[in-house]
Amino acid sequence: MSSLVGTAALVRLALRRDRIILAVFIVILVVMVAASASATVKLYPDNASRVKTAAAINSATSTLALYGPIHDVTSIGALATFKVGMMGAVAVALLALFVVVRHTRSEEETGRLELLGATVVGRRAPLTAALLVAGGASIVAGVGTALGLIAVGMPVAGSVLMGLGYACLGIAFAAVAGVTAQLSRSARTAAGLAGVVLGASYLMRAIGDASAGNGLGWASWLSPVGWWQQTRPFAGDRWWVLALLLGVAVAVSALAYVLATRRDFAAGLLPDRPGPATAAASLRSPLALAWRLKRGALLAWAAAFVVVGLVVGGLTSSVSSFLTSPQAKDIFTMLGGEQSIRDAFLAVELGMAGVIASVYGVQAAMRLRSQETALHAEPVLATAVGRVKWAWSHLTIALAGSALLLVVVGVSAGLVSAVQVGDIGQFGRILVAALVQIPAVWLIIGIVAAAFGLVPRLIVLGWVALAGFVLLGEFGALFNLSQVIMDISPFAHVPRMPGGDFSVAPMLWLTAIAAGLIVIGLAGFRRRDVG
Amino acid sequence: MDAAVVIEKLSKSFGSTRALDGLDLEVKVGEVHGLLGPNGAGKTTTLRVLLGLLRADSGVVRLLGGDPWRDVGRLHRRLAYVPGEVTLWPNLTGGEVIDLLGRLRGGLDKKRRADLLERFELDPTKKARAYSKGNRQKVALVAALSSDVELLLLDEPTAGLDPLKDEVFRECIVELREQGRTALLSSHILSEVEALADRVTIIRDGRTVEVGSLAEMRHLARVTISADLAGAPDGLTTMPGVHNLRVDGNHVDFMVDPDSLDQVLITLTSVGVTSLTSQPPTLEELFLRHYGDERSTAHAEQAVTP
Repeated sequence: MSSLVGTAALVRLALRRDRIILAVFIVILVVMVAASASATVKLYPDNASRVKTAAAINSATSTLALYGPIHDVTSIGALATFKVGMMGAVAVALLALFVVVRHTRSEEETGRLELLGATVVGRRAPLTAALLVAGGASIVAGVGTALGLIAVGMPVAGSVLMGLGYACLGIAFAAVAGVTAQLSRSARTAAGLAGVVLGASYLMRAIGDASAGNGLGWASWLSPVGWWQQTRPFAGDRWWVLALLLGVAVAVSALAYVLATRRDFAAGLLPDRPGPATAAASLRSPLALAWRLKRGALLAWAAAFVVVGLVVGGLTSSVSSFLTSPQAKDIFTMLGGEQSIRDAFLAVELGMAGVIASVYGVQAAMRLRSQETALHAEPVLATAVGRVKWAWSHLTIALAGSALLLVVVGVSAGLVSAVQVGDIGQFGRILVAALVQIPAVWLIIGIVAAAFGLVPRLIVLGWVALAGFVLLGEFGALFNLSQVIMDISPFAHVPRMPGGDFSVAPMLWLTAIAAGLIVIGLAGFRRRDVG
Repeated sequence: MDAAVVIEKLSKSFGSTRALDGLDLEVKVGEVHGLLGPNGAGKTTTLRVLLGLLRADSGVVRLLGGDPWRDVGRLHRRLAYVPGEVTLWPNLTGGEVIDLLGRLRGGLDKKRRADLLERFELDPTKKARAYSKGNRQKVALVAALSSDVELLLLDEPTAGLDPLKDEVFRECIVELREQGRTALLSSHILSEVEALADRVTIIRDGRTVEVGSLAEMRHLARVTISADLAGAPDGLTTMPGVHNLRVDGNHVDFMVDPDSLDQVLITLTSVGVTSLTSQPPTLEELFLRHYGDERSTAHAEQAVTP
C-alpha cells in the first residue's frame, strides 16, 4: 500500500506535537468522571434515596434533555454517571474531531503538509495518521475512564462499557471530521462543520430523551450521541449498540478516503469562484473587515441557535408528560406545579445557551490573536488604523455576536413556547431569561481580551476559564466546594430565569468587570510588541 | 527636515535574543535607501520598529519627524509598507485587499491602481488563497504603490517575483524617486540595491557596519588588478596594502587597498607593464567583506586546529 507509506512517521509527528495537550485532556477527563462518580455515590448512602433521586431526574425535562434518562433507577452506577457520563462523551467527541482537523486540513491550509507531502508520504497517509491518533486518543480516554470507574468501586462490566462507548464515539467523530476536512479549504470551517454534526446529534438525542413520553423517543436513535446513551452502562449494558457506532465510523471513514482521493491538494470539493475586482464601498474600516471575515460563521451560529431555541421552546409542553410514577408526582407538587417545573427547565436550558454563546464569544475574540500570529494584523496596523481600533473591531463582533445569539435563541424559544402554552406573556419571560446571560458571556470575552493584551501567548486562558466555570457550575456542589469558590464563575451570578427574581445589580457589575477587563486588555495591547 | 528616518543606537531584544544592538540608520528625504544584510541581521525588526509594531528598548527613532510608537495614525497616513512575508485573508480577493488597505491608509489613486494591476499582470478577482507567492507579493506591491504617500517601507519586496515583474518593480521605484518620494528598501539582493539605491546601509547582527553611497563604499574597498609585467614582480610581495597576490610567471592577480593604489602602480610601472585590467569592487565583494569575516575566521581557526 504505497498510498499509506509514511503514516507511522506522521503519527509520531502528531504525537510529538500533541503529547502534552492530549495527556492533560485525557487525565482531566478520567479524573473528572471517576471523582464525580465517587462523590455522587457518597451523596446517596441508601437505596431508597438513590431511587428517589433517579426518579426525580427522570421526571425533569431539563436533565433529560441535557444528560438523558437513568434507565435503571436502582443502579448505583447509572446514577453516579448520569451527568458526567454525557459530558465526558461530548468531550471525547470534541477531542477526536479537533485532533483530526488539526492534523489534516490545518496542516494543508498552512502549507506545512506540502513540505511533508514532498517527502516519502503516501496520498492516504495524512488522513490515516490523523484518524489513528484521534482514534488512539479516544481508546486511551476510554480505557482510562473504565479503569478510573472500576477504581472508585463502580461495577466492572458497566465501567468497561462506558469506556468502550467513549472510545467508539470518539472514533466515529474522528471519521466525521475526516469527511468535513475534505469538504472545506478552511480548517476553521472543517472543524465547524464537524461541530455542527456533533451539535445536531446532541440535539436529536435531547429531543428523543426529553420527548419519549410524546412518542418522539426514536429521535435518539438517529444520533451517534444517542447510541452512546443507549448502550445504557450500569443499566442493562447493551453491548451490541457499540456495533452501530463502529459501523458508522467505518462507513464514514470510507467516505472520507473516497473524497480525499478525488480532490487536489489544498483544494476543497467546491472550486473557488472569482470574486469582486474592487472592494465594496463599505469595506473601509477594521470593523468592516472583521465583519467580512466573521459574518459567515456568525450567521451559521445564529441559524443553529434558532434551531436550539425551537427545540427548547417546543419541549416546554412535554414537561408534565413524564409524571407517571408516584414519586415524580410528589416531586412535581413539591416543586410548585407545572409552571414552576417548566420555568426550571427553561432556566437550565437557557443557561446552557449562555455557555454555548460564550464558546462563540471566546473563539471570536481569540481571532485577535490568530490574526496577529498569521501576520494579518501587520498590514492593517501599518496603515492609519490604531491598535485599539483594530482590536476593538474584533471584540465588537465577539460582544455583539454573542448577544445576538442569545436574542435569537430567546426569540425563537419564546415564540414556540408562547404558542404551545397559549400565553403570549411567555415570550417576554423567555426573551428576558435569555438576555440576562449576556453580561456573564461578556465577562468571559473580557478575560480573552485581557489575556490578549497582557499575556498573548496564554490566550488559551479564555478556554481554560470557560471550561473551569462550566465545571464549577456542574460539579461544584457535588464536590462540596464552598460558595466563595463557586462564585468565581460569572454564571453563578446570572439570575435564574424564568421563575427566579430578576435583579439588576449582578447584571451591572458583571458588565462593569467585563468592561474593565477589556480596557486592561486594550491598554496592554497598546504597550506590547505586535507579532 | 531633510531626513525621513533617523535611527540612533537602536536596541531591541526578544527575551535573551538581541535582535538589534545599537543600530544607526538615516534615510534622507527623496532618496532610495538600501538596507542590506543577511538573513537574521535585523532588517525586518528595524522596519517593524519604524512602523510602531515593536517598541524600541533604547535608542532614538524618528520617522517623518514624529515618534513611530506614539504618532501611529498621523505617520501611517504618509507611508506605505510591503511586508517581508505577505499573508492575505484567504477569502478576500486581491482587489478587495488592495482597496481595503488603501482606504485604511486614507485613500488610493484609482488610476494608478488600474495601471499597476496591468503592469504587474495581476488578476484582482482571484481569492487570496488561490494566489501564488509571487502574486501575493504583487497584491502587497500594488496596494503600497498605488497610494500617494511620501515614504515607502519595503521589506524584501521582490521575493517571489519573476524577472519581468522584477523589472516592473524597478521602474516603479525609479518613477517614485523622480516624484521626490522616499523609499527604504530592505533586501539581500545586491543587484537590486545596486540598481536602485542612492545610498546603502549594511547591517549585521543588529549593528550598522557600513553606510554611504555605493561610490563611497567602492572607494573604501579593494580594487582587483590583473596585469602582465615585463619582468618578475619582485617588490610586490612585501608591499603593504596588497592582498591575495597570485604570481604566475610574469602575470599577477591581486587586490589592493585604495590608499596603496598609487604606490603599487609606481612599483608595477617600474618593472614594466604590458597589459593591465582593474576592476572596481562589486557590491558582492563589499558584502562579503563584511559578512565573510566570520566565516573566514572560522575557517582559519579550523585550519590551525590539528
